[in-house]
Amino acid sequence: MSVRSLHLWRALVSLGSGLVFGVGLALSHMTDPERVLGFLDVTGQWDPRLLGVLGGAVAVTALSFRRLLGRPAPRLDGYFHLPPYERVDARLLLGSVLFGTGWGIAGYCPGPAIAVLGSANNEVWWLVPAMLVGMGLQRWQADHQQGLHS
Amino acid sequence: MHAVTGSDAIMALAGGVLIGLASLLLLCLNGRIAGISGIAAGLLGGNRREMAWRALFLLGLVIGAAGYVALTGDAPAVRTGFPRTTLVLAGLLVGYGTALGNGCTSGHGVCGLGRLSRRSLVATTVFVVVAIATTTLVRHVAEWSS
Repeated sequence: MSVRSLHLWRALVSLGSGLVFGVGLALSHMTDPERVLGFLDVTGQWDPRLLGVLGGAVAVTALSFRRLLGRPAPRLDGYFHLPPYERVDARLLLGSVLFGTGWGIAGYCPGPAIAVLGSANNEVWWLVPAMLVGMGLQRWQADHQQGLHS
Repeated sequence: MHAVTGSDAIMALAGGVLIGLASLLLLCLNGRIAGISGIAAGLLGGNRREMAWRALFLLGLVIGAAGYVALTGDAPAVRTGFPRTTLVLAGLLVGYGTALGNGCTSGHGVCGLGRLSRRSLVATTVFVVVAIATTTLVRHVAEWSS
């Protein structure tokens, strides 16, 4: 395969994967923040419907990822791009606490928040820019700290 | 507990399976983890050659969700009156937290659990428990204390 058609195929796969992911989010109503909060509200009128979403998704990945990652490389690239981190550290824990807090306040995690940008719901035009600012702030801070240490 | 009908359960499960298949497709062919916070954060800077696939994935995400609603008419009721300052605060926490912890519901939850990553198992447990605690606090503590 020529380099050019390789790039084209990768681009199509990214777009296609995003499309299927977006349909999955909308079909399962993960795009409804009130449904998400109803799922998180276990002591209230708990709405268990979203259990099926995580269950269905993890069933597919758990059945396939280990075997897939046993291969030397993906079809369209030289290697699997996996996160380099291995340790459970304070960054992972603190980051997860902050993310969980934000998720529990408004009912949006990053995927649904971005997916909803194309809908009639205009809440995400406030939330998504703030999310990007939060990401940028953390990156800037990390770069800055690294710069001070080196 | 909220009443659950058969079609609700099937739609949730089918949606979840599609999310899993989308993640499988991206990893199997492109060798990439479908972690949405990481894909979005990567657009803010860093490697320019990595921008196109990230932007295309997120574009697909928006088109896929909007296309489903356009074709089926199955759209959730739009929430109104949720305070904007609260949305901004939640967005900042979600963005900063996922960048610091290197992942969200998709990267740690769906993909990380699938490859049996210990980090992802810890992260997913923490953010789900904290989200449940936060929602409970916001929704019920005011009424319990009154």
